[in-house]
Amino acid sequence: MPFSNQEYLHLLPFIIIGVGIVFSVVIELITKKSREILPWFSILLFFSTALYSIYTIHNKYILFNGMIQVGGKAAIFNFIFNFAALLITMSSIGYLKKYGSNFGEYYILIQSAVLGMMVMAGSKDILMIFLGLELMSICFYVLAGLNRKKHSANEASLKYFLLGAFATGFVVYGIALIYGVTATTKIDILIQNFSAQSSNIIFVTGLILFIIGFSFKIAAFPFHMWVPDVYQGSATTVTGIMSTAGKAAAFSVLIITLTAVYTVNSPNIFSPYFAAIATLSMLFGSIVALTQDNLKRMLAYSSISHAGYMAIGLTASNSYSISGIIFYLAAYTFMNIGAFSIISIIEGENDSRTNIQNITGLNASKPMLAAFMSLFMFALAGIPPLAGFFGKYYVFIGAIKSGFTWLAIIGVFSSVISVYFYLRVVVFMYFKNPTEDINTDTSTFSYSAVIISGAMVLLLGLMPDLLLNLILSVVNW
Amino acid sequence: MNIELILFIILATIAAVTSILVITRSNAVISAVFLVLNFFALAGLYLLLNAQFISVVQIIVYAGAIMVLFLFVIMLLRTDGEPRIFSDKRYIKYFALLISIFVFIQVSYLLLIGSPSKSVTGNQSASINSGTIETIGKELYTNYIIPFEVAGFLLLAATIGAIILAKKKFE
Repeated sequence: MPFSNQEYLHLLPFIIIGVGIVFSVVIELITKKSREILPWFSILLFFSTALYSIYTIHNKYILFNGMIQVGGKAAIFNFIFNFAALLITMSSIGYLKKYGSNFGEYYILIQSAVLGMMVMAGSKDILMIFLGLELMSICFYVLAGLNRKKHSANEASLKYFLLGAFATGFVVYGIALIYGVTATTKIDILIQNFSAQSSNIIFVTGLILFIIGFSFKIAAFPFHMWVPDVYQGSATTVTGIMSTAGKAAAFSVLIITLTAVYTVNSPNIFSPYFAAIATLSMLFGSIVALTQDNLKRMLAYSSISHAGYMAIGLTASNSYSISGIIFYLAAYTFMNIGAFSIISIIEGENDSRTNIQNITGLNASKPMLAAFMSLFMFALAGIPPLAGFFGKYYVFIGAIKSGFTWLAIIGVFSSVISVYFYLRVVVFMYFKNPTEDINTDTSTFSYSAVIISGAMVLLLGLMPDLLLNLILSVVNW
Repeated sequence: MNIELILFIILATIAAVTSILVITRSNAVISAVFLVLNFFALAGLYLLLNAQFISVVQIIVYAGAIMVLFLFVIMLLRTDGEPRIFSDKRYIKYFALLISIFVFIQVSYLLLIGSPSKSVTGNQSASINSGTIETIGKELYTNYIIPFEVAGFLLLAATIGAIILAKKKFE
């Protein structure tokens, strides 16, 4: 069946990134200066794709024989992924020289990972979900171990690879069972037949395995054991994109496959599962983060607890809580990338200076960095009027509307615990005397990434309706 | 008893027995050779399912190229001094056995209790053509063009990643 030119036009965001990857490989091949050119080329690609996605958000199409969708929720997710990759690319320019692996291929892999995430968020077919997931994960495995001379990076890469492959095994097994029962991989057909199939034990087992596989990827509690080591061992910028855009991509798949199901007059049979992982992730992440001295490890545990807050939205699964998750993911992306960019500026060579003691008295030497770090910490703790507060607020409201008030109460309780370790960072920066002088010689681009993230955190905090109305207008599609 | 069932029983027995032999032999080379045998049995099973193309690819790519690579790596790396983790820690052995039995019971329960779909066992004459290289090529370039392209990017990223991790020179 031939496809019309119109369909290729609607596929433009994917084509931009895809052609960009091929061009980047050619640039890397023909010129020695690729490491100066490629960051700017990537920024151009990500910027144009983000802009185009948000511009065509109301043009919703399902393309190529029901394989992929553009516009709507997928457009919002594409915007988040590309914006995150853009900020990470900016802060990578200076950081990679310090880290000792300033390769042009780094940027190609980031582009490929973003393509994989976009495929995941836009998929209308389980086959596409799997291919997108693998494209993203393989790029992340390599990016985590980019500097093979570092033991920490090797450990992170291998751990991530083994446990990631294990999780993918769950996903594939689940897909195989689902296909075996229904003889289709099209998500729309699966949704139509969901009520009829939900009594079939093979189908439900397939879905459970599928969800467990993605619970690994969102770093929820019983499947979190890779998170602290991988986030600590990888390059700080890589951790930045892994913890934000990677998590958003996994959530986008859960939202596409599951929430569409619940709207077709069938009860949310998985809400006990999500309620359990939400409760455990929130409490575990917040409590263990209390004792962490390494900033990256602390943010890793905080990432687990944030996955818990977002899973509350999946438990409630009404349109309000789903919008809340998407808003939360956008807010979390900016807060976390800002925090990781600041750590990447402060970090010294050989993974030094990532402990909380190293930023003691940061206010004296770098008042701007200290101010932005406090902004991100307040936002992550969920203190109004910053972006993190509204993320949590919308998710909790959604939970209460669906009758999960107890879950919202646990969420608030866990947020209160988490305030301690976020504010501890602020206390170290402002109320202690500096013990060592921090000389940072990072390029101005890292600072720009920090400033843009900070601006977005403030913007989403002061005018949350701006984004929320956009999400609400597309969420039911 | 028709010929298809007899062939299935023979091939399935070979596949099951060789896969057990793969994990129980202590010599890695012998394990690899049994794995080749296992792949051949699987290729025969694919042929019974009217998947001619996949069956040929299974032999050429897996039994041919990949296993030769495996054997070379095993011969180049010395594997004599490998520590035997299971004999050191007995409780791991029992734990692994317990999990295997649990999963086996689960899967058999699923297959016996659940009903496989009726649409999977379609009519025979249509499914004989579905495994040919023409049909697969046509499907790949029409209905499945987007997954096909994404798989291409996946392989590109994997190639770049492997080269960086193995060969990239540090200044």
